[in-house]
Amino acid sequence: MLLVNLILILLLGGALVWWAERFGDHWPRQLALAIVIGDLLYLLRGLTFIAPEKFALVPEAINPDSWLLAWSAEWIPRFGIEFSFAMDGLSLILVLLTLVLGAIAIVSSWDEDNPRQGFFQANILWTLAGVIGVFLAMDLFLFFLFWEVMLVPMYLLIAIWGHEGKSYASMKFFIFTQFSGLLMLVAIVLLAIVHHGTTGEYSFSYFDLLDTPLEQNTAHWLMLGFFIAFVVKLPGFPVHTWLPDAHTQAPTAGSVILAGILLKTGAYGLLRFTLPLFPGASLDFAPIAMLLGVAGVIYGAILAFAQSDFKRLVAYSSVSHMGFVLLGIYAWNTLALQGAVMQMVAHGFSTAALFMIAGALQQRLHTRDMDQMGGLWRQMPRMGAVALFFALASLGMPGLGNFTAEFLVLVGLFAVDPWMTAAAALGLITAAIYSLIMMQKAFYGAPDEGRNLQDFGKLEMTAMAVMIIALIHLGLFPQPVFDLVQPVLDSMAVEVAPISQLQVAP
Amino acid sequence: MLQAIWLIPLFPFVSSVLLMVTAGRMPRTMVALLGAGSVGLSALVVLGAGLEFMRAPEPFTLTLWHWMQVDGFNPEFAFYFDQLTLVMMSVITGVGFLIHLYSTEFMQDDRDYSRYFAYMNMFVAAMLILVMADNLLLLFLGWEGVGVCSYLLVGFWYEDPANGAASRKAFVVTRVGDAAMALGLFLLFTELGTLTIQPMLEAANQTWASGDTLAALAALLLLGGAVGKSAQLPLHTWLPDAMAGPTPVSALIHAATMVTAGVYLIARTHGLFLLAPDVLLLVALVGLITLLLAAFTALNQHDIKRILAYSTISQIGYMFLALGVGAWSAGIFHLMTHAFFKALLFLAAGAIIHCLHHEHDIFKMGGLRKKLPVVFWSFMIGAAALAALPFTAGFFSKDQILLSAFELHAPIAGIGPWLWAGGLLGALLTAIYSFRLVFIVFFGAAQTEPDKQPGWRMAGPLSLLCVLSIIGGWFVLPLSSVFPAADGHHVSGLVEGISIGVPLLGVAFAWLIYYRRSLPVTGITESDSGVALRGYWYRGWDFDRLYDSLLVNPFVAVSSALKSEWVDAIYHSVVRFCQALHRGLSQSQTGKMRWYATSMVFGLIALITLLGWVY
Repeated sequence: MLLVNLILILLLGGALVWWAERFGDHWPRQLALAIVIGDLLYLLRGLTFIAPEKFALVPEAINPDSWLLAWSAEWIPRFGIEFSFAMDGLSLILVLLTLVLGAIAIVSSWDEDNPRQGFFQANILWTLAGVIGVFLAMDLFLFFLFWEVMLVPMYLLIAIWGHEGKSYASMKFFIFTQFSGLLMLVAIVLLAIVHHGTTGEYSFSYFDLLDTPLEQNTAHWLMLGFFIAFVVKLPGFPVHTWLPDAHTQAPTAGSVILAGILLKTGAYGLLRFTLPLFPGASLDFAPIAMLLGVAGVIYGAILAFAQSDFKRLVAYSSVSHMGFVLLGIYAWNTLALQGAVMQMVAHGFSTAALFMIAGALQQRLHTRDMDQMGGLWRQMPRMGAVALFFALASLGMPGLGNFTAEFLVLVGLFAVDPWMTAAAALGLITAAIYSLIMMQKAFYGAPDEGRNLQDFGKLEMTAMAVMIIALIHLGLFPQPVFDLVQPVLDSMAVEVAPISQLQVAP
Repeated sequence: MLQAIWLIPLFPFVSSVLLMVTAGRMPRTMVALLGAGSVGLSALVVLGAGLEFMRAPEPFTLTLWHWMQVDGFNPEFAFYFDQLTLVMMSVITGVGFLIHLYSTEFMQDDRDYSRYFAYMNMFVAAMLILVMADNLLLLFLGWEGVGVCSYLLVGFWYEDPANGAASRKAFVVTRVGDAAMALGLFLLFTELGTLTIQPMLEAANQTWASGDTLAALAALLLLGGAVGKSAQLPLHTWLPDAMAGPTPVSALIHAATMVTAGVYLIARTHGLFLLAPDVLLLVALVGLITLLLAAFTALNQHDIKRILAYSTISQIGYMFLALGVGAWSAGIFHLMTHAFFKALLFLAAGAIIHCLHHEHDIFKMGGLRKKLPVVFWSFMIGAAALAALPFTAGFFSKDQILLSAFELHAPIAGIGPWLWAGGLLGALLTAIYSFRLVFIVFFGAAQTEPDKQPGWRMAGPLSLLCVLSIIGGWFVLPLSSVFPAADGHHVSGLVEGISIGVPLLGVAFAWLIYYRRSLPVTGITESDSGVALRGYWYRGWDFDRLYDSLLVNPFVAVSSALKSEWVDAIYHSVVRFCQALHRGLSQSQTGKMRWYATSMVFGLIALITLLGWVY
């Protein structure tokens, strides 16, 4: 029941926050922050009731007790559709990330002058609810439902509270996600029909569908349906073009959630559904997927360098970083998969922070154009130092989470394909190029003395400190995350090959 | 004391974090105390640990925590302590402390005093981790850490965009090497199953025969990292520009410690390089060519710091030459003596710049011998050691390198004397450009008046480094158990004599050309081809221009060409197609009864025809 409550608190909380609008603008945001933090504490408290040894247990499909938490109830029995939720280490980490970044997103828009504050915060909470639903749903129909639930409030956030080009950006975001989501729906339904054909029973349950025997051709097409939906969200090259527009136009909180959490649903989908449901087809497809990953890493980095819009630069850096996730997933060994999950978490923090800085800059300077910035370190040393930290994280500074992730992905990938690794390692160089030019254009150089700018305050610095500590922790003490995720990787229907058994191509 | 070696990097690290968190709110005295004191404390711990270690020199590993443990990949956060570590740590904390002390005076009027020490302390911590790491991943952490601190300190005065450009160049160029090194790490782990240095070297020895392709590849990739960090050909172009940072930074990072990290890396993994004799020869050749190119360039610079920068590149070339010919101890020995005399030279140059209103051009100096006596003697001793004049520290280390080079016979028979001759030419050039500097800056007519004298915090470190630059050559480094034993030298007295005499000859040339001005060289140097050649050398053999046209400009061009997102054009064409369809269909919606009736009739006819045709 905890899992359902987790979502319900956010859904109902959203309504409450909307209603609270009538008492003044500060009520909704304080209430929203309280709800998200309350939800987080509720989850943490719930975790203390789970026996510690369960965290090391491999979650099995047939045995709900082997999962950390599981809950299900009938919904549409005729088609075997259930309210089925379950949580293992992977979903736990992502749900925690969602709630922490959700709180940070609310903080990031604290001082922004958003009209209809209540409805704004409500949409944030509903997006979070949708994302958590995506991470917990174990019925494919229910999963699709949440996939849509998180899309609509996000669309509203961009369309209503976005910047100058919001209608184009929000529409693009909606069409890309919606169209690819429909492909997934078709694939889900077809999969259920195939399953019905072999067993005579309708079911949308993840556990039932896992072992559906598929003809090679069918498997390939169905796999593609899932893959496209997830890779659009990720986003992977060449279906990434919605992202720079959506990020740039979204309000700060929207960008933080979009980059920090929403993109991870794509990676999660690949890990949870595409690989385990279609292992054979995915293996056939892996070289192409990895190629797309490498292309994303390099293409994103080159385009990030070309931007003069601060937010657009960070958006393209996301394309580059998520390329590593795609690489890690399809390199398909424990090291690379662990790296991919680590990258999901670390990128969540580093990019959320950079978008928060971008939002703070826009709010103070009324521009995102870096050519009109420069010398901001003198005027806002705290913001400058924080930006420097996250720029370094993003360029893969060892000792911070992003490096742990990228290194593991590349080590794992090397055993599979050294040439691909060499190409992806170019991303290490290009990441330095765009991260440092960002620092140069915005924070270094001679300051414009006429500006009178407010540096980050206590609340913002607290949010930043949370993310800084998180990244340092992931960089120096990443083991807890590995330990949580390892049983999940072990459980997946895919044969996770230990690296020692792999042969290196000479 | 040995169990407390984790304190050594911790002191400067904590100090750095404190300085960052307080963000300039700390009083200056406190900043200075913390900044220099933390490194001093580390130096004391190194001293204590060293004394204890040398009583029973047994290498050991100190594991702090398990860093990660994923499927056989389990690097630990662990330090490895042997004689090589001890030498490196002594140089870093010893010279580092002197430079920090000097900085407290040099930077005293800077408004970002505390930010400066925060970065400097962080650098020392990272450099210590680099040399103490027991595995290559932790070494890489230190490696990147020093790179970042170097970037921050080169661009310390960030308001000038030129400094920003120099700092980015320094970081990105070394990152190219780092990417190669990372690939080397992947290869080593995939093939050998561990990154812990000692077991890894053993595994390499068992897995690979001498000359194995994979061993060579791994060594080559590590060499890529080393040439980047140590500013050797072809990745040396960042170091002269890195002089944009404050001068003590140049002394610490770009002369004494960080730039020698590549030398340390190769020495530390020498077991791997021994399996790849061809790569080892390449190391020697890279060193030789770099030392010659840089020496010619140093001869033609006007900026006192750029002369020293090229000289650093050249001297590290000697270290690479030493490593390449298997004279491991000599390489590390030269690393140490170079740290003494080059830090001395940079600090002395810094004192001149400090006292001369930030003047960098040596032709605007002159006659400073009487006006800045402490600086003059420091510079004199430093230059003598750099030129490897007898009985200075530089003499002993360079002599060893040259003699070892002479004796090299493998993998190409008879190559030794050629390497020796090249090194000797470099030594001649070194002597000339060092004393060109001395004669132009300190003798002749005065050009600019100093407006202050260095205080004790600057003069003290200078004096100590003077002493080290002289007596450093008599230190016996306890490296015999770390490296394979080297035979004594069996070269003839003639070779030895020439090796000693050539630097003296260089000083004589410099004296004749730049002091007496009696050598008729202007006929050559002022001729058309002479001017062209000197310009070419002055521009550092045009490497920057080459890389700009080969790499930088194409990258910028590609990125601005892609900026319009051609991928999006595909989606936009879909959108345009839909819009055209929409427009076409909506035109049929005219609202006219007659039009609708006609189209219904035609539609019905079409339908009926279709049905009739189907059935």
